Amino acid sequence: MRNEWLRSDRLPHIYCAGCGNGTIMNCVLEAITQTGWDRTRTVFLSGIGCSSRAPGYIMTDSLHTTHGRAIAFATGVKMADPSLHVVVFTGDGDLAAIGGNHFIHGCRRNIDITVVCMNNHIYGMTGGQGSPTTPLGKTSTTTPYGAEEAPFDLVELAIAAGANYVARWTSYHVKQLTDAVYDGLLTPGFSLIEVRCQCPTSYGRRNKYREPTDYMTYLKTNAILKRKWEEMERSGENISPDSFPVGEFVRRSRPVMGVPDEA
Amino acid sequence: MQGNIACAEGALAAGCNFFGGYPITPSTEVAEHMASRMPKITGSCFIQMEDEIASMAAIIGAAWTGARSMTATSGPGFSLMMENIGYAVMTETPCVLVNIQRGGPSTGQPTMGAQGDMMQVRFGSHGDYSIIALCPSSVQECFDLTAKAFNLADRFRTPVFLMADEVIGHMREKLEIPDSVEIIRPKTLPEGTLPFTAGPDGVPGFAPFGIGRFTHVTGLTHDERGYPDTTNPACHESLVKRLVNKIENARHEIADYTIVNENARYVFVCYGAPVRTVKEVVDRMKIPDTGYLQLKTVWPFPEELLLRFPNVQAFIVPEMNLGMISREVERHVSVRVIPVGRIGGELHPPEELIQAVKIAGGDV
Repeated sequence: MRNEWLRSDRLPHIYCAGCGNGTIMNCVLEAITQTGWDRTRTVFLSGIGCSSRAPGYIMTDSLHTTHGRAIAFATGVKMADPSLHVVVFTGDGDLAAIGGNHFIHGCRRNIDITVVCMNNHIYGMTGGQGSPTTPLGKTSTTTPYGAEEAPFDLVELAIAAGANYVARWTSYHVKQLTDAVYDGLLTPGFSLIEVRCQCPTSYGRRNKYREPTDYMTYLKTNAILKRKWEEMERSGENISPDSFPVGEFVRRSRPVMGVPDEA
Repeated sequence: MQGNIACAEGALAAGCNFFGGYPITPSTEVAEHMASRMPKITGSCFIQMEDEIASMAAIIGAAWTGARSMTATSGPGFSLMMENIGYAVMTETPCVLVNIQRGGPSTGQPTMGAQGDMMQVRFGSHGDYSIIALCPSSVQECFDLTAKAFNLADRFRTPVFLMADEVIGHMREKLEIPDSVEIIRPKTLPEGTLPFTAGPDGVPGFAPFGIGRFTHVTGLTHDERGYPDTTNPACHESLVKRLVNKIENARHEIADYTIVNENARYVFVCYGAPVRTVKEVVDRMKIPDTGYLQLKTVWPFPEELLLRFPNVQAFIVPEMNLGMISREVERHVSVRVIPVGRIGGELHPPEELIQAVKIAGGDV
């Protein structure tokens, strides 16, 4: 079923060996298959970066746009034709740096699109520069002595800005990720699914996660279920600075834009 | 009616059903009028975006659903739009941009007229490309040329610019609204044709989203399938040359102009607000031996029109900038070209143009 959604004449893809992006694409296409959406009425958009090459491999209408602007383009598509299903692939640099303003305004408008952010903490395509989600102390070509700027929490940002559905998983948690994308697709309004993932070529190599499995092990070990995370916070338990909460953070029904009028 | 509102009404008459914009003086009335009118028209959408970058992005996204989409702005916003204007060119997205020009650079003179963006509109985004730019000199032309801009955008699959200025945008004049305006939609993409395979005119058929053609659209250099092919020199060369030539080779078709006194020795070449002073000097004051070429289409530059004046001794180019289109005129003729640049926000007084005729050798 999922194969129909692939543009097989575009293979092989450009992703490096061990990249997490293919896993995430697979989870998104699996979730879309489950929704039963019509391939002719589904549009994928993206900005610039490794993540943003994903729509080029999917057999639907797709708009591979300018750096950071995919959500603004998607707003035009969805408002002009609310009957289309609209999904955006983005990365941490695309979404949180150059596209930060479009991101928060997409959340504020609660435009009915689903945004999947492949967060590998690095600019992969340009060769490994620091991004707004590079953790403190981590090494990149532009933070050769360790990142000194505090990173963004994309989930907190989306919640504060008003998105109706917000979840975080990783490329290790394929089942949970697929389910979260499915829920995001079906929740009216803006949905953000942040997916922490490995970039062995540009991030892992400089940060002691040289093998793809090194970072998968890190994700598996340090991703803590939201409920458990909250219990740990309540009880004052010591939480490693490497750890982060995963799960569904928000599912609500603030007023939305771009939803078709009831017939 | 005001020029800005005539732009909005011209767009609506042409079937514009998507407006994405951001407030900026002196163009804001265009957005305000659309905000008031569009919610009452079924299937239309007005949206105020977070900035001009997003406005340009939104109208491109809307255009790919088949909407007739537009935005309106002025200098500082126009600068922000340059990134996605290049994207619209590369992806052959039909859309209309209204620029009510004000004094620059930077924030400059928000409430004063200028024509300082005439080179930016042609060359402002990176890379080689070509676009279409129209310049109204009256409220009626604001209406007529905005409506026409949509047809040109669809015909050539390109962004089309209505390069008005504060003087015309805020001027109030009588407007005659026709019962209907001509509407030309894009050629459809024939079954079995790749999405970026062009016909002999260099323009591909258009397959908007949602009809099952599975078009992949990218700002990267792409082949006829729409797939990225970024390191093949031949692919890049043929794509970019086609994008330029589909417009430059259609200069005759796109040219829209008025010629007065073909036998004149002193010929004004003018567009936008300065046309009004030229008309005063030539039509009403009847300064001897003068005539004019009013360009309603400035880009692609219709240079063949300069050959229509057999007795010309000098071309005089009054502009509300320090000399932009005068250089373009100079490129194409061997007679003297006299630029009459005026910045600050006010129109040329007739005496300034009469003085230029005198400098050119006119007996006035």
